[in-house]
Amino acid sequence: MTARRISSTTSLTASKRIAAGFALLFIGATLTFAAGFSSMAVAHNTAHDTRHAIGFPCH
Amino acid sequence: MIGRVILAVLLSGIAAGLVMGVIQHVRLTPLILEAEAFERAGSPAGHSHDAAAPQPGQPDGDGQGHDHEHDHGEGWTPETGWQRTLATTVTAAMTGAGFAAILAGLSLLAGLRITRRNGIIWGLCGFLAVTLAPAAGLPPELPGMAAADLFSRQVWWAGAVAATAAGIYLIATQKRVFVMVLAALLILAPHIVGAPVAPHGENLIPAELIARFVASSIAANAVLWSVIGLLLGLVLDHTAKDIYAT
Repeated sequence: MTARRISSTTSLTASKRIAAGFALLFIGATLTFAAGFSSMAVAHNTAHDTRHAIGFPCH
Repeated sequence: MIGRVILAVLLSGIAAGLVMGVIQHVRLTPLILEAEAFERAGSPAGHSHDAAAPQPGQPDGDGQGHDHEHDHGEGWTPETGWQRTLATTVTAAMTGAGFAAILAGLSLLAGLRITRRNGIIWGLCGFLAVTLAPAAGLPPELPGMAAADLFSRQVWWAGAVAATAAGIYLIATQKRVFVMVLAALLILAPHIVGAPVAPHGENLIPAELIARFVASSIAANAVLWSVIGLLLGLVLDHTAKDIYAT
C-alpha cells in the first residue's frame, strides 16, 4: 500500500518534470528561432543587430 | 507550479538578455554601424538606398537623417536611433529568454539540477556549445563580410551547437571510455565536416574591425551565458526543487 502510494507520487512528480521540460524546450526553441533564424523580413530587420552580436548566421 | 518555474526561467533569461543588450549597445552595435558604413561605401549598386553614402571610417554617428539604415530590402525596418536600440534590446531579451528556457528544459528532461552552486558551469557549457564551438567555424559576422549561403550556414551552425551540446552531456554524465571517445568525436564532427566556406575576396570590411567585433562578441556571449547560468541556479533552487526531486 505504502509502496504503491510512493510510486504513484513519484511518477506524478516525474511527469511534471517532463512536462515542464518539454514546455520550456518548446518556448525556448520558438523564441530562439524567432530572434535568430526566421527569414521573415520584419523578424530579420528587427533582430538584425542582435543576430550579429550573438553570432547567429545573418544575411 | 510548472507555471511558476517557467515564469522564473523566462524572467532570468530576460534579465540576462538585458545585460547583453547593454553590452551590445556599448560595445557591439557601434562596430556594426561602422561596418555598415563600409558596406554602403563599398557597394554602390547593391545595398545602399541613397546617394549620400558616408565615407569609410565615418560611421553615421548620430543616426539622424538616414531613411533606411540597413539594407535588406523589404519589410519594416527600425530606424537608426531609439527604434533600432529598442528593437535590439527586445530581441536580446528574447534571445536570453530562449537560451535560458532551452537550458532549463534540457536540465529538467535530463533530471540534472541547475543550482546556485553549479549554475555558472551550466552557463559556461551553454557558452561552449552555442558560442565558442560554432565560432570556430563561423565566427560572428559583421554586415558586409563575405559569407557562404545563409541556409547552409544556419544548418551547420545548428548542427555544431547540437553536436557540441550532446558531447558535453555525455562527458558530464558518463564514465566509460568508449563514450568519452564518442563524445570527443561528436564535438569534433562539425569541424571535420567543415563550415560552409565564404567566397574569396568579397570582403568590404577591414580585418581590424572584424577582429575587434569577433573578440567583443565572444566575450559578450560569455557574460550572457554566465548570467543565464547563475540566475537559473538561483531561481530553480527556489521554484523547482520538488519538480526535480525524482
